[in-house]
Amino acid sequence: MKTKGKQSVAFAKPPYVLGEASVVGKMEGEGPLGKYFHEICPDPFVGKKTWEEAESALMEKACNLVLANAGVRRDEVNYIVGGDLLAQLMATSFGVERLQIPFFGIYGACSTMGESLTLSAMMVEGEYAQGVLAVTSSHFAGAEKQFRFPLAYGNQRPASATWTVTGSGAVILGNEALMSGQKQLAPGAKVVITGITVGRITDYGIKDSMHMGAAMAPAAAATILANFSDFGVDAKAYDLIVTGDLGTIGSQILYDITEARGVSIRKNHIDCGVKIYDPARQDVHAGGSGCGCSAVTLTGYLLRKMREGVYKRILFVPTGAMLSPVSFHEELTIPGIAYGIILERK
Amino acid sequence: MKEQVTIKQVLEAADETERKEKYNQYVKQTTPTFSRLANTARAFLVGGGICLLGEGCNQLFQSFSLDEKTASYWTTLVLVAAAVLLTGLGWYAKLAKFAGAGSVVPITGFANSVASPAVEFRAEGQVFGIGCKIFTIAGPVILYGVFASCFLGLLYWLAGVIGLL
Repeated sequence: MKTKGKQSVAFAKPPYVLGEASVVGKMEGEGPLGKYFHEICPDPFVGKKTWEEAESALMEKACNLVLANAGVRRDEVNYIVGGDLLAQLMATSFGVERLQIPFFGIYGACSTMGESLTLSAMMVEGEYAQGVLAVTSSHFAGAEKQFRFPLAYGNQRPASATWTVTGSGAVILGNEALMSGQKQLAPGAKVVITGITVGRITDYGIKDSMHMGAAMAPAAAATILANFSDFGVDAKAYDLIVTGDLGTIGSQILYDITEARGVSIRKNHIDCGVKIYDPARQDVHAGGSGCGCSAVTLTGYLLRKMREGVYKRILFVPTGAMLSPVSFHEELTIPGIAYGIILERK
Repeated sequence: MKEQVTIKQVLEAADETERKEKYNQYVKQTTPTFSRLANTARAFLVGGGICLLGEGCNQLFQSFSLDEKTASYWTTLVLVAAAVLLTGLGWYAKLAKFAGAGSVVPITGFANSVASPAVEFRAEGQVFGIGCKIFTIAGPVILYGVFASCFLGLLYWLAGVIGLL
């Protein structure tokens, strides 16, 4: 068996991260990570007529870019595993159509990048594929329209609200054979996925859709602690523990929960939602969120820093608040989830 | 004031219901809120400003020798048209971010709540987009407003019939 502990997998032949791509909107481009992204689209409609089409266009750009960056042909990629926030995965099904690569659509809310990486890594290591493209996206306006209010509607957001990232991140994972055929990367700049921890739905009873950080923090804590116990490690095993979009308040809650469990991650933890915007210049309240948040931070910033040798071992933990407009109106709670992916520089 | 809940108490809760209750309380303690006083002051200023503008229009129209009732119709028309225009330009949302209830409560806020879905859902067509979704925010106000008026009207009529009024 390749499983490890209660809910993890350790890979004997770790899949390679062959390449990555990040495409973002104007506001993300103006944020602190702006210089790391592969492409910035200043037009919020990305040349299309609707927000949904714009998001698909972002995703298509990210997919084409990741193929080029990974130096991989389309026919060398066996599957796409992807999803987004829109109902019925609208952005993804239109976004990947032209690539004509066999496709799996998944929904993990803002944790989708984690879910897609997890499944893609298992497919490659299990020899069901030589190459898999994992992709996700979100668009501020499309998310507002579906989950909250029309953009032009005048209201005030609470301090705990987050700002949906406009962007798409894509990664191509591949096996040893596909890696050795690839000449793009300098030697020593290889990154692999050595293990994964699959999250459970964790629900501590938060109902406020404007406080997703609080809904997701217990899930993030559960996945991080499960990862530590399954692999027999502690926070020191990682240069960085990166959560998806807990925001400032959610991160604080994560510290409180883990510390109450006797584990401190404060020193080497960052949150993509906190990292992606500058609260002093950009009015985002508690930080960034959305599938794109962790996806573009991973593909633009983190993987680059790993390839440069700044970080050797990262635990990447995208977090998802699984709310729907229906569950919200039916006054149900917001279930949270988080996936743990161990990325190592080889 | 309720007792402070620590995260330890949340994690050590006896059952799920208690844990959810305690966690919500802990989150409430942990989450900062904006100053109510500042928000109220801004709402007062902007809300008052909108009403002042309305009164200015009213006086102006009356000075054109319109009677009070006709002048107030024209005032409403001007305020609604201005709010719809500002909504289309995306400025009303910016005003509301500053003003809060000050821009929601006056009739301009109602106009904004009708115009903004019309702009947003235009892409879904004249019937299923604008037609079906234009009242997604204002709909409840209209429905229950009309219902309440009917109900009170009935009470008023009954009171008259039995000689109370």
